[in-house]
Amino acid sequence: MAEVTQLIHQYLRHNKKFPLVFCPGCGHGIVLGSLVRSVHALGLSKDEVVVVAGIGCSGRIAAYVDFNTVHATHGRALTIATGIKMANPGLTVIAVMGDGDAFSIGGNHLIHAARRNIGVTALVLNNFIYGMTGGQCSSTTPEGAYSHTSPMGQLEAAFDIVELTRAAGASGVARGTVFHVKALDGLIAAALSQPGFNLVEALTPCFTQYGRGNGFKSAVDMFKWLKDKAVPLEAYEKLEDKAGRIPIGVFVKRDAPGLETRYAAMRQRLLEKRGGAA
Amino acid sequence: MSQVRKKRREAFLLGNEAVVEGALAAGCTFYAGYPITPSTEIMETMARRLPQLPDGVFLQMEDEIASMGAVIGASLAGRKAMTATSGPGFSLMQEQIGYAAMTETPLVLVDVMRGGASTGLPTSPGQGDVQQARWGSHGDHPILVLSAADVPECLEMTVTAFNFAEKYRTPVVLLLDEITAHTREKVSLPEPGDFEVFSRPVPTMPPEWYKPYEETLRGVPPMPPLGTGYRFHVTGLSHDLLGFPTSRPEEVAALVERQFRKIDRFFHDVQLVEHVMTEDAEALVIAYGCVARSARLAVRQAREAGVRAGLLVLKTLFPFPRSHVEKLLRSCRLAVVPELNVGQISREVKRVNEGYAAVRTINRVDGQIIAPAQILKEIA
Repeated sequence: MAEVTQLIHQYLRHNKKFPLVFCPGCGHGIVLGSLVRSVHALGLSKDEVVVVAGIGCSGRIAAYVDFNTVHATHGRALTIATGIKMANPGLTVIAVMGDGDAFSIGGNHLIHAARRNIGVTALVLNNFIYGMTGGQCSSTTPEGAYSHTSPMGQLEAAFDIVELTRAAGASGVARGTVFHVKALDGLIAAALSQPGFNLVEALTPCFTQYGRGNGFKSAVDMFKWLKDKAVPLEAYEKLEDKAGRIPIGVFVKRDAPGLETRYAAMRQRLLEKRGGAA
Repeated sequence: MSQVRKKRREAFLLGNEAVVEGALAAGCTFYAGYPITPSTEIMETMARRLPQLPDGVFLQMEDEIASMGAVIGASLAGRKAMTATSGPGFSLMQEQIGYAAMTETPLVLVDVMRGGASTGLPTSPGQGDVQQARWGSHGDHPILVLSAADVPECLEMTVTAFNFAEKYRTPVVLLLDEITAHTREKVSLPEPGDFEVFSRPVPTMPPEWYKPYEETLRGVPPMPPLGTGYRFHVTGLSHDLLGFPTSRPEEVAALVERQFRKIDRFFHDVQLVEHVMTEDAEALVIAYGCVARSARLAVRQAREAGVRAGLLVLKTLFPFPRSHVEKLLRSCRLAVVPELNVGQISREVKRVNEGYAAVRTINRVDGQIIAPAQILKEIA
């Protein structure tokens, strides 16, 4: 059996209907593939992996993968993930969110998850748009871009997910794209194996709701755009003209213990103080 | 006779502190919350107590929405989990309450009611969250709403709240008011075995046979903690027996029907009331929370004055203890419903009354308590 077939049989739910719910040309399925390959590469058991997803197109990923899956409320995936990780630190908890989910409605939870450095991996599928509700601008929609709720062009500035998460104190921050798939596999696997809060931003095109209204001729055109604009971080730093280019790679890598680890240590100290067994 | 009876541990506690004792006696090991007056002592006490337990977890979250999220996550991971809040925080929690009801995730939420709408009267009592506790989250969903009238009851009803949450896989709201939460009274501290403690049913079949939302005899499907081999899907979308989203009318209807039936079938178990001299009562007072204490004195004074008065204390507010109320309405000429709101439980009383008795309300929304004399005036 080809490796991909094996992975499909092993990690995708047989009782779910395929093809995926995603539109033709959507990059979300590629991120799903990356997630599965990363879990596989790390040799994690399916029972110990929990995927908590938000609401929106990205949220539907949870239903397809044969892990413990929780399709949360909009923007609150990280809060539920935090509860799960603190309740059972032995689990590998992955929060799959979209840009609206993670940075608009859930922005407060994201910065606090990063600040408290909870041992959760956040996988943010950034397509610059609210896809499922039909193409409204989000907090990552580029300035000037058109959407159904910015028909004259977006006046507001976009969040830089990497910079925001870095400033909030995350253990690890990385950015990849669905064009650079091998690299994305590596970024997710690295995030999953590091302690503390790790965020991976995956740039993924939405031709249906974003591309068509913003000068892209086809979904392929959007993948070409990712190929042209995304530059590995080291090369990006050497660029003279950075305008319009997007750095990808690992931006933050701190070896800081997650909150669940620090909490267990505190409980142990209290126990020893009371003269209990170590 | 020669056995020395162990002296019970007693403490002089706030209602809020008694809630913590009850929660710990019921097996709660997880608390997530956000500070808000007048519920804060619950959180502060949990912050000291939970880290002392081998697996206790206390979390201060960034807001009430996150608090409920963390509690839901912990419960999915197998913990008995709770949060506490007051009016404004309770409003913020509503969406997550609906998620817990839809996913049948057990949890306990204590709402210490303060006065007024919006920021209102943060340090005064109120009972204005009653209907919100029942219908605050959008869409039709079952929920249990309990109340407590004094400090020992705060402890006892918190145990009951956890037991109901686990038994019926549902969020349970325990409504207190600022007076009950901030009154200090003597409480007998629970010893192991004092209370019957329930834990949620867990599946015993092999994982490949497990259907997370399957019909069972009691209507409550077993619920495994995450990570124990039963990999399944949890979603707030209308779902089928396997937990996957569905919009097929017959599957959606079956889900909602079972979710309501699992509570309806056990009305006798979940509808808790206390009868005080109701057997021969002609004038009935129906009260809950701190108002029930005033009512108790008023009814006693009315009896002393020769009026056949009685009191029905509602410990369960929803599902509304209809059978108890209806029976008494049939035998009384007058029912008085005093409340610290504009008439939220009296609506329910009137709804079941159907002309049996005259229903009078006493409503106070100025942050002050309803005094016994005020109730006595209506019944004597």
